[in-house]
Amino acid sequence: MGALFVLPMLMIAILSFLKRGTYGQVVYEFTLNNYIRIFDPLYGQIFGDTLVVAVLTTVFSILCGYPLAYYISRLEKSTQQIWLLLVMIPFWINFLVRSYAWVIILRSQGVINTFLQSLGIISEPLPLLYNSGSVLLGMVYTLMPFMVLPIYVSLEQMDRRKLEAAYDLGATPWKAFWHVTLPMTKTGVVTGSILVFVSSIGMFVVPDVMGGAKSALIGNVIQNQFLSARDWPFGSALSIVLMLLSMLLILLYFRATKASETKEESA
Amino acid sequence: MKTLRRNALSGYSWLMLVFLYLPILILVLYSFNDSRINATWTGFTWKWYVSLFENRQVMQALMNSMTIGVISSVIATVLGTAAALAVKHYSLRWSNIFNGLMYLPIVIPEIMMGLAMLVLFSQVHMELGKVTLILAHVTFSMPYVMVIISGRLADMGKELEEASQDLGATPWETLRYVTLPLIMPGIIAGFLMAFTLSLDDFIISFFVAGPNSTTLPLYIYGLVKRGVSPEVNALSTLLIVSTVLLVVVAEIFRRKDSKNNQSIF
Repeated sequence: MGALFVLPMLMIAILSFLKRGTYGQVVYEFTLNNYIRIFDPLYGQIFGDTLVVAVLTTVFSILCGYPLAYYISRLEKSTQQIWLLLVMIPFWINFLVRSYAWVIILRSQGVINTFLQSLGIISEPLPLLYNSGSVLLGMVYTLMPFMVLPIYVSLEQMDRRKLEAAYDLGATPWKAFWHVTLPMTKTGVVTGSILVFVSSIGMFVVPDVMGGAKSALIGNVIQNQFLSARDWPFGSALSIVLMLLSMLLILLYFRATKASETKEESA
Repeated sequence: MKTLRRNALSGYSWLMLVFLYLPILILVLYSFNDSRINATWTGFTWKWYVSLFENRQVMQALMNSMTIGVISSVIATVLGTAAALAVKHYSLRWSNIFNGLMYLPIVIPEIMMGLAMLVLFSQVHMELGKVTLILAHVTFSMPYVMVIISGRLADMGKELEEASQDLGATPWETLRYVTLPLIMPGIIAGFLMAFTLSLDDFIISFFVAGPNSTTLPLYIYGLVKRGVSPEVNALSTLLIVSTVLLVVVAEIFRRKDSKNNQSIF
């Protein structure tokens, strides 16, 4: 079953070096053109946008998710289970449906605009939907559970005695959090960040539904190359670059955290 | 000071919960709104649900979703159980590699998996349709089944199986009368999980569905793209309700007489 997945990934790699025929078929002829085409500033821009959105999504997910995970980890065991289930349930609900729920709220005849207009606060609907802000909102909304769970797990596994030691030594709660809790739950933050980052980098549903035509991310371009433009080799090259890029970033992230961990141990 | 901080944190967490649920609740609420175009509440109605059930395309999509869901989750459960048993019983050198390969579909972006499947099917000249959907759904849901059952197997320990073999049971008898009954809650949880994943999947199905094998999420996508109609709200609500029910039931089975029993109910 694993092979059923590895094999096609290899096929995509091979496909990325082939040519597209006039009618969208694949021509078995070696070329590097697909990769050269990626250096077109247009795609550079889209890759850049995708990275910015992915980084921002990760940062906002940490900012929103950490306090929530912290709160849950301090609750009674039985209450914890209920909160965890409550956080997990939206995560099981379809991505598409959850993004669409925001469309109802944000569109020009949506809940917020209708409400504000009926109060007479605004006369024209605000452009809340179909911009990069709404894409970011949708991304954070759909991916946040990925961040909460790993952070919760590492908070749970943390040795609380070290925290008590910090308090005994006169640390303020903020200092204790900053110098003890946060470093000790770094694994959770890293795991969560990777899950959120990898998911957002390949995301096309949220930008498709909440972003409109202007804010295409790389996932949307790949989807288009495969299903509309029927340029499979170019789509493959884009997805190979996307995958290498996310693997590279994950590797760098692991390196960085590992380096700081060993530094701490030796210090 | 301490209680203030705790109250702030608790308030924040409740706010986050509202953030997570409010959009979903609004979606559900508006599926009962009489107004066709505006977000203004003009009265309660069932008519969007009625028109859904009269819509033949929706019923066809529902049928497709159900067929694909049942068949793929049965296959995924059988294969996932076998894989979990194999990994546990034969600690081969390949076990780790095999494990790694199994978890790959969980961590790779879904779009890549959809593409990979599409490329594979086109290379072996398989026509896109229900069969390709089933194959794809089995592939992505099987690892989840395996994770659940492996957890169950780890909880179980080896003692009972060893006792059964000491009493002269053949390996088949041990499997049939000892192991399988013991991991049954895990198997049911795995099946429900696979079914939920299949029913809910959009991204991978998007790439491997043929023109005549539209599933419910694909149909919803079509409606969302064509412009907002209250029927989408109704259909989305039905999908939400069934997903939540399935997940909760699966969770109950997963926790059922589990060794480290932390039941929430």
